[in-house]
Amino acid sequence: MEYLIGIQGPDFVLVAADNVAASSIIQMKHDYDKMFKLSEKILLLCVGEAGDTVQFAEYIQKNVQLYKMRNGYELSPSAAANFTRKNLADYLRSRTPYHVNLLLAGYDDADGPGLFYMDYLSSLAKAPFAAHGYGLNKRFILNLHSFNVRLIDKDGIHDMEKLTVGAK
Amino acid sequence: MALEDICNFKDKPTHKTFPFYASEDTSVSVFTEAFNFKWRGEMTSKKASDVPLEFHVPSLFKRPSSRASHSVSVRRPFPLSHGTTTLGFIFQGGVIAAADTRASAGGLVACPAVHKITPIHSHLVVTSSGSGADCMLWERILTREIRLYQLRHKRRLSISGTAKLLSLMLHPFKGTDVCVALTLCGWDKLIYVCSDGARLQGDIFSVGSGSPYAYGVLDRSLSWSLNKEEAILLAREAVFRATHRDAYSGNNVDLFHVTAEGWRQRQREDLKEEYYRDMEKRGLLGFSNWFTHLFLEE
Repeated sequence: MEYLIGIQGPDFVLVAADNVAASSIIQMKHDYDKMFKLSEKILLLCVGEAGDTVQFAEYIQKNVQLYKMRNGYELSPSAAANFTRKNLADYLRSRTPYHVNLLLAGYDDADGPGLFYMDYLSSLAKAPFAAHGYGLNKRFILNLHSFNVRLIDKDGIHDMEKLTVGAK
Repeated sequence: MALEDICNFKDKPTHKTFPFYASEDTSVSVFTEAFNFKWRGEMTSKKASDVPLEFHVPSLFKRPSSRASHSVSVRRPFPLSHGTTTLGFIFQGGVIAAADTRASAGGLVACPAVHKITPIHSHLVVTSSGSGADCMLWERILTREIRLYQLRHKRRLSISGTAKLLSLMLHPFKGTDVCVALTLCGWDKLIYVCSDGARLQGDIFSVGSGSPYAYGVLDRSLSWSLNKEEAILLAREAVFRATHRDAYSGNNVDLFHVTAEGWRQRQREDLKEEYYRDMEKRGLLGFSNWFTHLFLEE
């Protein structure tokens, strides 16, 4: 099962995603990165159906970058989150919905840090902490080997030490 | 057909715009035009806009039917199964790609001598698993597109680019019965592309019904510093163990070694010989004789 975790602090957002890329019962990769850098201070974390995740996340990523190229300034995290949600909602109401669960984390120079929770039914919620994964509505289960951790603050995106849970 | 493409000759009276539906006749020229990345569907009406909220919307890849509906597909005469063992891994001396050669259709060995590893160009080899017909078709399509790219741009497309191109070409067919799981083995890279949409780059991949057994052997002995002979032996051993236990893999093993100089194919080896060699090494060749002797005695 795939996990995404996000925690917003007073002037930072901390996000973590697991590293497994699985195909039914086989773990094909142990070092897969589920975070997509939308801009200098925005990260999109994406899990869900196999091809949909990368297709959708890259589409959002390229459009956010195009916005910056066209207009000279970047989208704010809130605007990027709403753009993502609108796209997800439009595809949901078509014959080809994308089955992806997302967390969008960013730092706005005006509004400060922001963490946005989105799910495959295109709901959007700005929350101080959020997560996607199996059983999270009941208890916090983490039985995966390693997690990528990143921090976003006013200076941009920083890679933190990879979390390795359990014996190697 | 290829000449038609290059001359952009359209034989059909109506020009179908991309995306097209899998159930319709796929017009070859449309395919290649689309993959020049000139979107022929809807584009934003204004190119340079004053309003900063104008986003580029490429034409949507419309999948032919929703996942559950089969109204336009043909009923299959028998259920397809995807028995195979293919593997690929990177080591200091390049990339090894290995596969068995059995094509199964349900419980029948439809063909004992299939080529599951196909060279695309001098430095790229692709291993296939899934539906045999789909794999053959998509390998040909990929070869054609790569060659056309090379002719148009006077340089070869990179392996990552090839994988992305293949993944984008397969995307409209997601949700249909197309079942293709290819591992692109370049001389320094290994990328797994599947019709579900997954595209993964990694150091070791094994695909097919025999893959768990192959992974077991590979995970134990694989290391970066193997020399060429050890790597080949390891790949052959992994395929052998998988074919030994998996009913849908077997017959022979094909092995390709890809380096910076290009690919080289090893002669196809019959795994039956490997089995007897293994039994003899373990001293078990007389085992079955001893066993029946025991029963006869009683």
